[in-house]
Amino acid sequence: MNSLSRYRRQENLESFGSNNQSKLLNSRVLIVGLGGLGIPVAQYLNAMGIGTLGLVENDRIELHNLQRQVLYTETDVGRAKLTVALEKLRIQNSNTELKPYPTFLTVENAIDIISDFDVVVDATDNFATRYLLNDACVIAKKPFIYGALHAFEGQVSVFNYKGGPTYRCLFPDVPKINEIPNCDVNGVLGVLPGIIGSLQVLEVVKVITGIGEALSGKLLLYDGMSQTTQKIRFEANAKNQEIDRLQDDYGFSGCETVAEITAEAFMALETPVQLIDVRTQKEYMENHMDNAIHIPIDELVQESSCLDFRYPVYFLCQSGKRSEAAVKLVQERHPDSVLISISGGMNEIASLCH
Amino acid sequence: MTILLFGVTKDIVGSPSLSIPTTSITGKSIPKTVKELRVFLGNAYPELNKLSSLAIAVNNNYAHDDNEINSYDEIALIPPVSGG
Repeated sequence: MNSLSRYRRQENLESFGSNNQSKLLNSRVLIVGLGGLGIPVAQYLNAMGIGTLGLVENDRIELHNLQRQVLYTETDVGRAKLTVALEKLRIQNSNTELKPYPTFLTVENAIDIISDFDVVVDATDNFATRYLLNDACVIAKKPFIYGALHAFEGQVSVFNYKGGPTYRCLFPDVPKINEIPNCDVNGVLGVLPGIIGSLQVLEVVKVITGIGEALSGKLLLYDGMSQTTQKIRFEANAKNQEIDRLQDDYGFSGCETVAEITAEAFMALETPVQLIDVRTQKEYMENHMDNAIHIPIDELVQESSCLDFRYPVYFLCQSGKRSEAAVKLVQERHPDSVLISISGGMNEIASLCH
Repeated sequence: MTILLFGVTKDIVGSPSLSIPTTSITGKSIPKTVKELRVFLGNAYPELNKLSSLAIAVNNNYAHDDNEINSYDEIALIPPVSGG
């Protein structure tokens, strides 16, 4: 396909022009995560003519992803996000070189993967990966375009760009488990990641071409409820720019330390079990298992005396993430107890009942 | 003094902004620095103390604990957000 006519609308833009289009075509951008933020980022960057797009993702498509991850369709549910995204991005723009990484970002692979690109887009959905990404970008000397969501709000910034500040200059310490609710607990309106992801794309283009003013040293706060934005200026803290090795542990919720049982196997258990539902009051009121004891995860530490550690304790939440966190929380204080998270949570149990 | 709330701080306080009286009728001390404001807010909303990193901006600038604050300043509480 003739690339000259394809990008005509961008090349005709007075302050963009064909020389900036060539910069896009020669650039290499890595997108970490193909979820709510990663999808609009991938679609727009691919459409606009980025030369090489790296994609890091290892999740599968679930039905409840579809309200915001608009590249995926009903027939894709259950398939690997990376496989489906590759198919669709290839037919969207066959000129782009797509480099798939069917993995999550880890301490072992982060620097290797990132080193191959000019710009990194943070489209992750958890703090562990975000701090790992920050540190790896500082070490590999790559700018990264940050975006994150909370309910109707979003944050956007450009970190580690031309000597500018990093994510740690804003938020030095990794939040503890359950300190900040994620989209799983808190929910997110489908279009919000579309807005924030699109703002990230604009920053990618500015960083690659040098047009306009990149959001370096500025945190953009977007509030969808009032349609207001604010820009907070912040400065680099030299200590954060001097990171020269990754931490051994970013607080990933590693599967190896948490005992899990599938919802199906749990439902097949015949003996009465000690079952703790760690969801919120509202979620519990909507539906719950008859034999569940309700202790919201925030109260688990104070209320752990209600548990009988002579017997196994099963933890249940909506998707399996909070129950995993619950196991970790209780395990710290009761290392000899048998604690089991029900993977897939109420979502999975509900699907078994149909 | 107006305090704009973002992310989980909005949920903790239960509203998008907060007003702190700047003259004391009750004799309680009024926060004069960012650090005093942290303590003041932490007493009023203990859940805020649990946040490992809570950025505070004064007039759209990231503020350090020793920065002074005045009644006409616009303050923002900015926690990290994780969703994507």
